Amino acid sequence: MKMSNYLVEIAGVSIYPIISLLLFVVFFVTVLFWVFFMDKNKVSYLANLPFSKNDKEENQSNH
Amino acid sequence: MQVEKFHYDNRLPKMFAQATIFWGFVGMLLGLIAALQLAYPIFNFSEYFPHLAFGRLRPVHTNAVIFAFVGNGIFMSVYYIIPRVLKTPMWSKALGKIHFWGWQLLIVLAAVTLLFGYTTGKEYAELEWPLDIWITLIWVVFGVNMFGTILTRRERYMYVAVWFFIASWVTVAVLHIVNSFELPIAWNSMKSYSAYAGVQDALVQWWYGHNAVAFFLTTPYLGVMYYFLPKAAERPVYSYRLSIVHFWTLIFLYIWAGPHHLLYTALPDWAQSLGTVFSIMLILPSWGGMLNGLFTLRGAWDKVATDPVLKFMVVAITCYGMATFEGPMLSLKNVNAISHYTDWTVGHVHIGALGWNGFLTFGVLYWLFPRMYNTKLYSTKLASSHFWIGTLGIIIYAIPMYWSAFRSYFMLKAFTPEGQLQYQFIDVVQSVIPFYVMRAAGGALYLAGVVLMIYNLIKTCSSGKFVAEEEAEAPALAKNYTPAAGTHWHNIFERKPMLMLGCALVVILIGGIVEFVPTFLVKSNVPTIASVKPYTPLELQGRDIYIREGCYNCHSQMIRPFRYEVKRYGEYSKAGESVYDHPFQFGSKRTGPDLAREGGMRPNSWHFNHMLDPQMVTGSIMPAYPNLYENVINKGTTASKIHTMRNLGVPYPDNYEAQANADLEKQADEIVQSLKQDKITISSDREIIAMIAYLQRLGTDIKNEK
Repeated sequence: MKMSNYLVEIAGVSIYPIISLLLFVVFFVTVLFWVFFMDKNKVSYLANLPFSKNDKEENQSNH
Repeated sequence: MQVEKFHYDNRLPKMFAQATIFWGFVGMLLGLIAALQLAYPIFNFSEYFPHLAFGRLRPVHTNAVIFAFVGNGIFMSVYYIIPRVLKTPMWSKALGKIHFWGWQLLIVLAAVTLLFGYTTGKEYAELEWPLDIWITLIWVVFGVNMFGTILTRRERYMYVAVWFFIASWVTVAVLHIVNSFELPIAWNSMKSYSAYAGVQDALVQWWYGHNAVAFFLTTPYLGVMYYFLPKAAERPVYSYRLSIVHFWTLIFLYIWAGPHHLLYTALPDWAQSLGTVFSIMLILPSWGGMLNGLFTLRGAWDKVATDPVLKFMVVAITCYGMATFEGPMLSLKNVNAISHYTDWTVGHVHIGALGWNGFLTFGVLYWLFPRMYNTKLYSTKLASSHFWIGTLGIIIYAIPMYWSAFRSYFMLKAFTPEGQLQYQFIDVVQSVIPFYVMRAAGGALYLAGVVLMIYNLIKTCSSGKFVAEEEAEAPALAKNYTPAAGTHWHNIFERKPMLMLGCALVVILIGGIVEFVPTFLVKSNVPTIASVKPYTPLELQGRDIYIREGCYNCHSQMIRPFRYEVKRYGEYSKAGESVYDHPFQFGSKRTGPDLAREGGMRPNSWHFNHMLDPQMVTGSIMPAYPNLYENVINKGTTASKIHTMRNLGVPYPDNYEAQANADLEKQADEIVQSLKQDKITISSDREIIAMIAYLQRLGTDIKNEK
């Protein structure tokens, strides 16, 4: 017997793949939105954190 | 706001750096010896030191490289990076020292116990239960120190490298704890049995095994890349936005990919497919990260030509890209059919270990030492030589492995026109030995490069003076911070480490739970087979000897449903056959043939002679096991082993402990009698008898049914 047949024995199993897909899509769309709408100065500030000239909060020149 | 003065400590990064160099050398040397053992069995020295045979040495090599070399490399970087990007010293110097010495003690104990045969038999998780507890304690110490530092920071926003460290810490903790559920046979015994059995054990183990690669060898090193590459190139990372996408997608997807280690095995099909799908998706974040690294060097490629640090980093990132493209390809069932159990996997992991982890570590060391000693690198030329020797070493290592894999595959699946297998397994082994010799040469070259580096760094240190502490200053964080109007809600992640920790935990748990729960709860995922019975006491003792000697390093016990495997080894393996196997012994590499149905294939006397002198009997490259003919079976453990197995759900009858040794002796006598008919005399209390009993049992439950 095929293994997939056993899955049928879980009650309401048909909702599982849909939940998984939703989780996935929501998660990735959220991350993409977040990243897309990040403030440009903030991004530059964060990217420059490894460099020590970065002491003043959120106002330094781009490299 | 008032500016506070403080110091960045260089002592702990230096200690971890020295440890990573030392253990790197040791781990790679052991790898070279293991490579020579496969080419020339004489290097097993098993007549004199059974502890050094390949089956015991290989786990020491893998553990040393992963947990000692890369482990110390991670800690070196964390203790250097975190204070600097968060503008605060590490929270506790004392915890840092406990962490350092605790980890080094672990490494020494690991090496000793593994060489003495104390192993759980689960790859990269071989350490026995007392060491598992020790790892947990030290990991907690590390975590407390790291989060203490993060919570007392002077920089409100956490750089992406810190995210990678947080996710790595929490995931490794979860992986280690879940995979280490094991029951000791007695409180005063090192020996334990995995709480899981068979297919379930395999699923947990490779969920762990794959994510050890992901969250020990990859994500912390991506943190290393995101800090040291911009520092070395003197420009910020190409796209910080991409690094955020890289982070979340990578940790979300990685955790699901484990079952790709079990394609075509008895693992339920749906779990195999899940592993494949997520593995394919992993290309996107991995390549996003690789490109982000390489594009960081935009406009700076002229520096790469002259700076050995950048040279090492570029090759490291390229190897990351190669390995993370290859990985998803290997997860396709049709490719996996070729690669699994062959040297392809070995080649693949060494692109990762030698190229990505090794070269990134070397790059960081060449960058770090001159700065810690306030001097210049002793010789850029020597470092460039190291780079070229190392690169050549990787190539000479990897190409023979791929070649050997395809050669093995085509030979193993060749049929004569009459429908018989064209080659014996031993023909294949002998035909790939030249590749093993070449591989050892590649490894030797790579190691020679490391020796150059050690010399170069020692000279660098002696030309400068160690800067134990670097002065720094920054304003304290304002309490009761309210984000400026108009800032976006997403800032919260960069500001709230505990929220980050919680989210990372949730993200990685989703994958684990979706894979595990059905396999554990839906009983029919592992259909039981009525004729499958628990091992007899003698077989159980034999099985433990099999695990002790690390036989699983070369022999699988999992026949895949291919014509050429079924014809060679017998009926393909079923999930229900391994329900009493604590731990499972599917294996991951066939340097020797599969043993899933070894039972009854050959007479007892063949096994007796073969393990005494494998070269004489088959011409194989297997080490001899003369110790099995001298060691006496430890009958004192039989009762507790049976008891422990029953606690884990193996249906031994009540009070069977009392009778177990009598049954053991009876079965041993039968084997001794059968050996006598072939003119072999041996006492019935020797370990070889238990080993023969175990091998003769393998796969017979189903055979008997016919």
